[in-house]
Amino acid sequence: MTEITGILKTAGSKRHRAEARFRAYGLIAIAVSLSFLLIMIGSIITRGSGAFHQTFVQIDVELPAEKLDPEGTGDPDVLRKARYGKLLKAALRDRFPAVKSRSDKKALYKLLSSNAEYTIRDQVVADPLLVGGTHAFWVRASSEVDQYMKGKIDSSLEESRRRINDKQLAWIAELQDAGKIEKRFNTQFFTGGDSREPEQAGIMGAVAGSAYTLLICFVLSFPVGVLAAVYLEEFSAKGRLNRFIEVNINNLAAVPSIVYGLLGLAIFLNVFNLPRSTPLVGGMVLALMTLPTIIIASRSSLRAVPPSIREAAYGLGASKVQTTFHHVVPLAMPGMLTGSIIGMAQALGETAPLLMIGMVAFIVDIPGGVTEAATALPVQIFLWADSPERGFMEKTSAAILVLLGFLIIMNLVAVYLRRRLEIRW
Amino acid sequence: MSRISTALRPALAITALFAMTSASHARDQITIVGSSTVFPFATTVAERFGKNTDFKTPVVESTGSGGGLKLFCAGTGAGTPDITNASRRIKASEVELCAKNGVDEIIEVKVGYDGIVLANSRKADVISLTRKDIFLALAKNVPDGEGKTKPNPYTTWKEVNPELPDVKIEVLGPPPTSGTRDAFVELAMEGGCKKIGWIKALKKSDKSAYKTLCHTIREDGAFVEAGENDNLIVQKLEVNPAAFGIFGYSFLDQNSDKVQGSVIEGSEPTFELIADGDYPVSRSLYLYVKKAHIGVIPGIEGFLEELTSEDAYGEDGYLADKGLIPLTEEESEEVLDAVANLTPLEL
Repeated sequence: MTEITGILKTAGSKRHRAEARFRAYGLIAIAVSLSFLLIMIGSIITRGSGAFHQTFVQIDVELPAEKLDPEGTGDPDVLRKARYGKLLKAALRDRFPAVKSRSDKKALYKLLSSNAEYTIRDQVVADPLLVGGTHAFWVRASSEVDQYMKGKIDSSLEESRRRINDKQLAWIAELQDAGKIEKRFNTQFFTGGDSREPEQAGIMGAVAGSAYTLLICFVLSFPVGVLAAVYLEEFSAKGRLNRFIEVNINNLAAVPSIVYGLLGLAIFLNVFNLPRSTPLVGGMVLALMTLPTIIIASRSSLRAVPPSIREAAYGLGASKVQTTFHHVVPLAMPGMLTGSIIGMAQALGETAPLLMIGMVAFIVDIPGGVTEAATALPVQIFLWADSPERGFMEKTSAAILVLLGFLIIMNLVAVYLRRRLEIRW
Repeated sequence: MSRISTALRPALAITALFAMTSASHARDQITIVGSSTVFPFATTVAERFGKNTDFKTPVVESTGSGGGLKLFCAGTGAGTPDITNASRRIKASEVELCAKNGVDEIIEVKVGYDGIVLANSRKADVISLTRKDIFLALAKNVPDGEGKTKPNPYTTWKEVNPELPDVKIEVLGPPPTSGTRDAFVELAMEGGCKKIGWIKALKKSDKSAYKTLCHTIREDGAFVEAGENDNLIVQKLEVNPAAFGIFGYSFLDQNSDKVQGSVIEGSEPTFELIADGDYPVSRSLYLYVKKAHIGVIPGIEGFLEELTSEDAYGEDGYLADKGLIPLTEEESEEVLDAVANLTPLEL
């Protein structure tokens, strides 16, 4: 008797130990993956947070009427064409009158963004009354100054090893004492298009491009994918042909994305002559890529609808179409949406197929429609990561944050839709 | 009938969309393709041009020199690019391809020079090399001293040249698809390879053997293909002071706090020495413009004007700030002349 309980006891504790071990493994696995995620996101945030702020410098610029608008027309076209760069340089020289030599002047001009003249131009065009006086403008500091202000340039290094020299440091200190240099929230990063100057570059062009591309992708792939799945699952005869199609769809889901890009290049661009580098073509290519994912997910969610629902509908005299679209599809909709969102999220992160159709490009203008040249978020990240200018490092990380934000919003929409649709049942 | 039309409606809508977009396809925006080395400069000019004029900002794609010329030479019309960048001169075969497809007049604009550097971390010492050292350290096969070749036996720089430090040879460089790699192989490796007498003779007797010998980089791990991203190479050098990296001058310029360029043939990779032509590993950068598109696609002349303005490619222009080494005065006058008269290229 005691022998048996002994055996049972040891066997029991052995099983318990095995279970405890298994739980521990699970916990370790989760802890490891969570810590990796935290390290990754943490490092992106610490590196990217700098991009949300930008250093501005205040400078008094004289705007002589005879140089900007000699005839005094106040015509915005005339004011737009005028050259503001020289006025800005003169303003800098007035601010630091001790600067005489040519190389020092060059270093002085480099305190401000090379695009600062356009800031002044835009303000003058918006308010022509500024012409003829001297006004204080806040303009963007150059990327080097900005990096220094953010503590990313070590001023203790020897002069030849940093991108900002001792004289420039002295000028910055002077501006700091006068309160003419400050860091502000960088709205341009969220509202502007791309630029070659890190201090000027914005993400909006890529966000708009990605949004248009995904819109086209969704409009094309969701209806086609869902209808194909409904037909294959509910209507078609379950024969050899059906199985053949299924195998092929599964294969398509595993085709590398660059192949779809080549297809897009060969068909959409070369045969249909659609415009290169546009979200229209990008969306079409990504739709091809997303279709198999949507079809597979939709089919399995259709299969998960219990047959009793169909039988009850038939029993009440509903036709096949009525049964499918009134009862089965609504029930399967949450699963279909989840599948589509996963497919779209994948499409959002693609660069390879976009390379072939010309969306991996430098585009400054923010696209206003699906037929205007545009780029996409992951492409923007890639282009910035590849740029020599140091200032793009933080922009790259910030762009990754924006991409992650975009993904989170997409997933939230999916969760919301799923909840709503589930309540209706 | 009505059922058919309901079924056809989406298909018709899609066809209509195609027709609409193809019809409205007359382009009002310049498209530029080509070299990733010229990309930072072409984009800067494009952005300036967009801001200074009422034209749309040109779209600039980075496709590589070869890829760009292929697209460029595919024909004329709105579906093909107007301008292509190249980090090497157009080849005769490419001019032929262009002509075959109706692109018979091409304007060549030489924009400047780019130095290719061999750099290491600031934590280590600067080394001074010859091109022959580079060849011996990185070639797959090296001379065995008896007029034949043997697989590269060198594992440290000291074995290559007793004056060099006793450090393992480890060089990070771009993959073969990159123009930087092509130029490095041609200028540094072949430049050193030619210094060996019998190999120079080989060039005349057996050109393909000469090319294979001089152009093949070793594959035993001493040369590491680090991808097209030069920023990544810089980061790797920072953590590994024993390693060297190969990349363009603009990356050295931007990262002078982290890396230093090696001296090659007694000349440091500095802006001035590359501009003077003293630094041996430098190449010319070009822009090719399709003459047939001038006047058809709006703004191309304006773009060329912006590119060749003193503000842009002059000695103190904004392109020099981006790391482009400007042309000499005579050269730039020739280029200005060709641009002003839209003189087509003749090889």
